[in-house]
Amino acid sequence: MTSRLGTILPAVLLTGLLVAATPGQAGDWPQFRGPNGSGVSDEKGLPVRWSAEDNIRWKAELPGRGLSCPVIVGDRIYLTACSGYQQDRLHVMCFRVRDGKKLWERQLWATGSTMCHPTTCMAAPTPVADAEGVYALFATADVAAFDPDGHLLWYRSLSRDYPGITNNVGMAASPVVLGDLLFLPLENAGNSFALAVDRRTGATRWKVDRHRDINWITPLVVAMNGKSEVLFQTSREITAYDPQTGKRLWTHEAGLSSVSSPILGGDRILVPGGDFTALKPANGSASPEVLWKSNRIKTSYPSPVYLDGRIYTLNQAGILVCSDAEDGKTLWQLRLKGPFWATPVIGDGKLYAVNEEGTTFVVDLRTEEEQKRLLAQNRIEDKFLATPAIAHRCLFLRSDKYLYCIGEE
Amino acid sequence: MTHRIAPKTIVSISLGLLVAFLVVSPASPSEANVESAIKAILAVGKEGKGATEAARALRELSRQEADVLPALLAAMDQASPEASNYLRAAVEAVADKAITQGKPLPVKQLEAFVQDHKHHPKARRLAYDLLLHVDPTLPERWLPGMLQDPSLELRRDAVAMALREAEAALASGDKDAARQKFEQAFRAARDRDQVDALAKQLKALGVSVDIAGHFGFIRDWLLVGPFDNSGGIGFAASYPPENSVDPKAEYVGKQNARLTWKPHTTADPYGVVDLNKAIGKHMGAVGYAYAVVESPEARPVEVRVGSNNAVKVWLNGQELISHEEYHHGNRMDQYIGSGMLKPGRNEVLIKICQNEQKEEWAQSWSFQLRLCDRVGTAVPVTVVKHPAERSAAGTAGEGR
Repeated sequence: MTSRLGTILPAVLLTGLLVAATPGQAGDWPQFRGPNGSGVSDEKGLPVRWSAEDNIRWKAELPGRGLSCPVIVGDRIYLTACSGYQQDRLHVMCFRVRDGKKLWERQLWATGSTMCHPTTCMAAPTPVADAEGVYALFATADVAAFDPDGHLLWYRSLSRDYPGITNNVGMAASPVVLGDLLFLPLENAGNSFALAVDRRTGATRWKVDRHRDINWITPLVVAMNGKSEVLFQTSREITAYDPQTGKRLWTHEAGLSSVSSPILGGDRILVPGGDFTALKPANGSASPEVLWKSNRIKTSYPSPVYLDGRIYTLNQAGILVCSDAEDGKTLWQLRLKGPFWATPVIGDGKLYAVNEEGTTFVVDLRTEEEQKRLLAQNRIEDKFLATPAIAHRCLFLRSDKYLYCIGEE
Repeated sequence: MTHRIAPKTIVSISLGLLVAFLVVSPASPSEANVESAIKAILAVGKEGKGATEAARALRELSRQEADVLPALLAAMDQASPEASNYLRAAVEAVADKAITQGKPLPVKQLEAFVQDHKHHPKARRLAYDLLLHVDPTLPERWLPGMLQDPSLELRRDAVAMALREAEAALASGDKDAARQKFEQAFRAARDRDQVDALAKQLKALGVSVDIAGHFGFIRDWLLVGPFDNSGGIGFAASYPPENSVDPKAEYVGKQNARLTWKPHTTADPYGVVDLNKAIGKHMGAVGYAYAVVESPEARPVEVRVGSNNAVKVWLNGQELISHEEYHHGNRMDQYIGSGMLKPGRNEVLIKICQNEQKEEWAQSWSFQLRLCDRVGTAVPVTVVKHPAERSAAGTAGEGR
């Protein structure tokens, strides 16, 4: 990918478009899609082959279901789950990375609606963590912060603070952090809004109304010429807000995805939708420039991943498509077997895509030889809907029943 | 710990009494800290109000020994949902510390707390969960007596145990014992999955069950429609039935159709009224369903609705539910409104809006509605079959 980097890097340096500094240190996996929401880890020595018996360093039993991903900061893994006939028990747990020991578990009583499609559940949004703890949002619009030792720092019932939040399919968008701010995507069919709170106290810093429709998009924080922007996307638009004030900076209106989240790709924002779109933000409040559109790049439930000038997407048919971020053209395709709910993740030159039935496809991104791309198919018989995490030379998979730590000795 | 508060006193009085007790008793510094910490947590409000003070209080409470647990649990009796979650965090932190350090939990006080139905059901269940850490025989000993428990979770576990026992009796060939146990469990069950499982077993044994009656679904309605909901205008529009219901009235509906109230009785076991059949298949339409129930007394009631459509519900003219969402799912007890039944005649009006989506999965135009208490037990009312009298003072819109 050296040549690709050679194309992209100068553009990044010229435009100054970077992912804003988000929580966590090198090697951490602090939020949905990991460091900076990129889906890419810089870890090396990641596993290629495993089974239910081999290369499982440990597995930890979970008290309930969850589509949320494990998030990892330092030696701690944070995870959410829900249980109870009405899914009204909301769990936040902390495990030790090296052996999977559960360090603490706390429960909250749900205060919002627990109505959802049976595929999903109340522990669908992925928490976000930093050195000061974990911030957990649930589909019930309950949100809480715990320190690394499990002490509750603050809690809010957003369904009681702002009545009328409703998504009978089930909310699933994840929060993100920038500096002292925690951004909460509460776009829904009723009282629809984006919220920024002080991550240390939970106090509201700003709240803006958003388009009323069910939505599952996780916000993206980017830095533009030294200034940060937080992007919220619905099926009709993607809008950049000033993280500190909530002031609208720019909007791009189009038929966009309400499921698959945008990602930063070099100097451009890559936006899933009817047409997959590459946007180049302008300075100030001007509308972003549309660099290209492609109706050949289709996303289903998983979000795209970007690395070294290439976009990786999984479509509904279970085909992994690698596209050129420069122009959207297809570079190669690889037929995998779905259904896929989890977003693929990348580390150590490999892409990991786990399907619902527990088969993880390991794809070599370094080879240009088609027949050598698929390195392995590793099966664990369980139901997997959560996006994996990468840290400490391990892959972390979360099923309905267990959290697995997979690593080769 | 130097607490001199008798735990039995703590669990049997409300927090107000607890505070009074602490005030008049010579309190130790620790007691005073606990009291003020609980007060700080109870003061936590909406939009994060008081969260900083509550977090500080939580740290103070987390340092306490396990004998503070009954007081923390008792404080949940009048706590807001926000404060309850803070108190729960304190309970878990204190209990975790005690268990990790091998220190005893105040078992007798916790047992008394669980057995006292005056305490909040969730707090009682939390106390029960703490006791399970030290006494795994608890379910065996207690659940058989918890079939009528006001805690839905405790009751659910009790029903599950009774169901297992009945199945075991059936497997051993004792049909009479099995039937009695299934019937007992059916009467106690409030969760649909358990009711379904029990009804299936009873039917197999030749026992007829009335699921709709068990849950308190209203089956007899007067229906009228369609009114206009083109472009979604109907949800906010106030059509004549929202002002008053006259079963003999004639209205002008969508596309100038002449509309009259039609009696309808649903035979669905879960009280579902299919408006596509009862009124006719329409898109962009509003239907109303009206029922009269007689209550022997004034009492609180929950109106619970399931529908794929946008709905509004009024009880005696007071709007209890308003939910504008279409075709994102449908389940029993999806929307819950709390109100009061009057002695005698009570009127229930539901507005069901169908939008104009063309997808096959968006064609449902239906609802189910039941009247029950907070536990989900059907309230004792008599449904007037197809009332002919005009409503006394209207049905909706003016908060009567």
